[in-house]
Amino acid sequence: MSKQVLVIEDEQNIIEAISFILARDGWDVKTHSNGHDAVDVVRVRNPDLIILDVMLPGKSGFDILSELRQDAQMAHTPVLMLTARGQKKDREMAERAGANKFMTKPFSNAEVLETVRAMMPS
Amino acid sequence: MATLNILIVVCVLYVAFLFAVAFGADRAARQGRGAWLRSPVIYTLSLSIYCTAWTFYGAVGFAARSGLEYLTIYLGPTLVMIGWWWTLRKMVRVGRSQRITSIADLISSRYGKSNLLAVCVTLIAVIGTTPYIALQLQSVTLSFEAFAQADPSQVNAPNPQSTALWVAFGLALFTILFGTRNLDANERHHGVVMAIALEAVVKLFALLAVGVFVVWGLAGGIEQTFARIDASNIARWDVPGSRWVGLTLLSAAAFICLPRMFQVMVVENEDEGHLRTASWAFPVYLMMISLFVVPIAVLGLDLLPQGSNPDLFVLTLPLHEGQDGLAILSFLGGFSSATSMVIVASIALSTMVSNHIVMPIWLWSTGGTAIMSGDVRHVALLARRLSIAGILFLGYLYYQISGGGTALAAIGLVSFAGVAQFLPALMGGLFWRGGNRVGAVSGLGVGFFLWLYCLFLPSFGPNVLLPQSVMDLGLFGVSWLRPEAMFGAEGLNRVVHAVMWSLSFNTMAYVLVSMISFPEPLERLQGAQFVNVFQHSATAGSWSGSMARSEDLLIMSQRILGAKEAQAFFAQAASEQGLVGYLPEPTPDFLLQLERELSGSVGVATAHAMISQIVGGAAVSVEDLLAVANEAAQIMEYSSKLEAKTEEQTRTARQLREANEKLTQLSQQKDEFLSQISHELRTPMTSIRAFSEILRDADELDADKQTHYASIIHDETIRLTRLLNDLLDLSVLENGQVELSRQEGQLIDLLDRAESAAGDVGHNITIQRSREVEEITVYSDLDRLVQVFINLISNARKYCDAESPVLSIKAADQDDKITLDFHDNGSGIAVDQQAVAFEKFSRIGQTGADGAGLGLAICREVMLRLGGSISYLPGQNGAAFRLVLPKAET
Amino acid sequence: MSGKKTAVFVDRRGYRRRRMTDAARLLPILGAGLICIPLLWKRPEGTEISTSSVMIYLFLVWGGLALLAAVISRYLAPEDISQDREGNVRNDEA
Repeated sequence: MSKQVLVIEDEQNIIEAISFILARDGWDVKTHSNGHDAVDVVRVRNPDLIILDVMLPGKSGFDILSELRQDAQMAHTPVLMLTARGQKKDREMAERAGANKFMTKPFSNAEVLETVRAMMPS
Repeated sequence: MATLNILIVVCVLYVAFLFAVAFGADRAARQGRGAWLRSPVIYTLSLSIYCTAWTFYGAVGFAARSGLEYLTIYLGPTLVMIGWWWTLRKMVRVGRSQRITSIADLISSRYGKSNLLAVCVTLIAVIGTTPYIALQLQSVTLSFEAFAQADPSQVNAPNPQSTALWVAFGLALFTILFGTRNLDANERHHGVVMAIALEAVVKLFALLAVGVFVVWGLAGGIEQTFARIDASNIARWDVPGSRWVGLTLLSAAAFICLPRMFQVMVVENEDEGHLRTASWAFPVYLMMISLFVVPIAVLGLDLLPQGSNPDLFVLTLPLHEGQDGLAILSFLGGFSSATSMVIVASIALSTMVSNHIVMPIWLWSTGGTAIMSGDVRHVALLARRLSIAGILFLGYLYYQISGGGTALAAIGLVSFAGVAQFLPALMGGLFWRGGNRVGAVSGLGVGFFLWLYCLFLPSFGPNVLLPQSVMDLGLFGVSWLRPEAMFGAEGLNRVVHAVMWSLSFNTMAYVLVSMISFPEPLERLQGAQFVNVFQHSATAGSWSGSMARSEDLLIMSQRILGAKEAQAFFAQAASEQGLVGYLPEPTPDFLLQLERELSGSVGVATAHAMISQIVGGAAVSVEDLLAVANEAAQIMEYSSKLEAKTEEQTRTARQLREANEKLTQLSQQKDEFLSQISHELRTPMTSIRAFSEILRDADELDADKQTHYASIIHDETIRLTRLLNDLLDLSVLENGQVELSRQEGQLIDLLDRAESAAGDVGHNITIQRSREVEEITVYSDLDRLVQVFINLISNARKYCDAESPVLSIKAADQDDKITLDFHDNGSGIAVDQQAVAFEKFSRIGQTGADGAGLGLAICREVMLRLGGSISYLPGQNGAAFRLVLPKAET
Repeated sequence: MSGKKTAVFVDRRGYRRRRMTDAARLLPILGAGLICIPLLWKRPEGTEISTSSVMIYLFLVWGGLALLAAVISRYLAPEDISQDREGNVRNDEA
């Protein structure tokens, strides 16, 4: 059974690009494109890794992450945060909120792949 | 029988005695032991300098000739003394507070420290006093003669001329020795005053002794004396009213104006309070000295041979009766009175000559700069001594020229009339603020000239200085200009006549010219100082260490510092000096402290001026006042500048605060803007990068996928480009840097263009237009308008979420504007987002694949620049935007 | 001598002092008048006025004036001369 990656991102093109890269690498990619019900979707799907965008309609990525971390079930799921804001304070905020890794857009595909591989619990 | 030799010995001894007294008094004064010198009795006695040889001898002569007329000479001064509250008090106050050294000093100081006036007064004084000095010489000479005549052992009588010369010389020497040993800053001569007081006693005693002898020794008692009077030539009281009043007034005027009287009364005055005593004590002295004059005159007329000089009855009567001792005493009295007059008069005159004539000339000739004080003193003393000698020489000269034969009284009155010319300027100066220098000079000039013409020149006798023809027929033959009957006033006593005209014209000239002319600033200042002397802080302290000065200082300080502070300050200073109470000695240290204290309240210049006015007696000079005024002006200027600065600073601070707030806001806005832009730019960049990497790295890829991904890349770059364009556009619009090119066009054409340009965006939408209404001419930037239309149509295509989207475009032509409504049938903009709809980067739904949210922002800016507006119409069943475009050129 | 203290002091005697200064001002006028009176004396029934009678009159007047002056100046104590400074006593200068 391949590991599941949940990509929560509202830009269709980016979803498509990430899905293609990860799927080619053998991961099971699921997507979701708004923040309102993202937490519920995570509960339902129970992925092995989450790729989370910050700017989402409805709820921001940080809020979603905080909620996830409070939930016992999802507290330890590795989360990779993506953002178009690349400043240091954003990085710090992400780490405080509970992200395991943080990447700025635009990112390199190779980097995403490596990061996902490294973050996946074995 | 008395011999002349005894007389001479007596004289010399007496002089030596006087000198010793004077020397002793001077030393006591310098050593500060002079408390008894400051007795009011001494002051009163010193006033007796008024009674000279003229009184001693001439009064009896006057009485023998004219009866009680002689009393006028003493009634005048009596009135002045008992009326001290009017005039003398003010004169003394002014003299002390202004540190006046002579009558010339007083007059010139009053009229703006005018040296011209000082010179005039000095000259008139010298000329006026010369006859009087001659009179003294004459009386001494005559008295010597009288003794010589009574002394049979004397073979040839001494030549009167040589006697007079010897006497003059002796007097000059004595005066120089007496009065010019050193220079006193206050012109005080304590020794001289003491000597005069002694002489006053001697001459009173002598005259009283002769009087007593005459009444009881010769006549046999008071009743008999009166009987003799009633039987004599002068039994009838028939003094003409004009003479009685005129001479009384003249003697009163002279009493005030005589230089020697001014010297003892004002300059030598130690304490103003002495005036109180003198006000009654001196009239008593005058009364006593004139008491026996009539008895002596009557008895002399009776007992002495016909034709004897009545002026000498005081001497000749005792001689005739064999009372040698009494005669010598009488001689001493006469000699004493003559010498004291000459001494004081010549001191007073030499002070004036030296101060106002010699010293100014000397200072001017030496350039007046950086003079060593020792030098000045040396020159001043020399000047004094030479002046004394000169004055006595002049007196001798007058004596020679006038022949020595005139009645003493007549000479005396000539002199009185001369110095009386000072009266208008003096009294006017003390009581009338309006008196000024030009007036004083005019008055003096007129009065002096009339005195010369009517009295002085004729007094030499006919044909000596004034031709007899002028005396009889008048100047240039005009009878109205006769010296002794001017303007038709005939039959008047010569003296009264001269006094009447000279003083009248003097006063008239003084008053009229003063009223016409304008005084200098210093004159006005001095006028206020003098006339208002009682309102100012009072007298300068007499001797150093006078508490009166401290009192003045305290009173002044109270006005400035307040009563409590001033008293505390003074009490502190007093206790530091080891004194009890609240009046410290006005030591230089204390004065400096006080000046500092006061300057805190009124400024340095004012404090200095005030203190020096009280302590130093210096008049506040115009320079001082100017300094005060300058200082005050500077202070005001500074404080107003300070105020202005403070206001400016407050304003600037406020402006800075506001600017700072704006900048902070702006920078916050900029930060937000930049981060927003960053986000908007990165999003398409992400797709572009990701897909271009996929395309680069993928080994096998469907052609479909390849095309698809390449298109995505392409679309994203376009999106990016559009974003950048919009951003730039918006920036240009906002900065007002946009160049608008206005043209005429048809609205319908513009809408057509926009419709076709926006055709590819978003979903399909049906556009409803009412073409007939759209035939409106617009004058504006047409491309920009099209841009706005494109934006609105694209938005409708993108965001209208109705099942069958319809956009209706309605145009309306109103007078001065065109209204264009874009209304779709979607859900419109939510209420809470309507406010921010036109902001940058605000997007509905945040699904921003097709726009950065700048469209409406750009529309708003464009419409603003075109002079119109765009607004969202709420509650319209869908998104409704209204454009307003002005028709006229804006 | 503070202004306050002496002000209280003067007020009690101020009236009398002012009257005294008035007297001081009137005295010379009185004197002048008295001295001129002999001028007005008419000779009754052709007899002449004698020098001696005028003499007696004048000397009496003289003595009287001196006496009055003494009395007035006694009342015008030194404070008066100093009061002028403070202006407590009204003075006559314009």
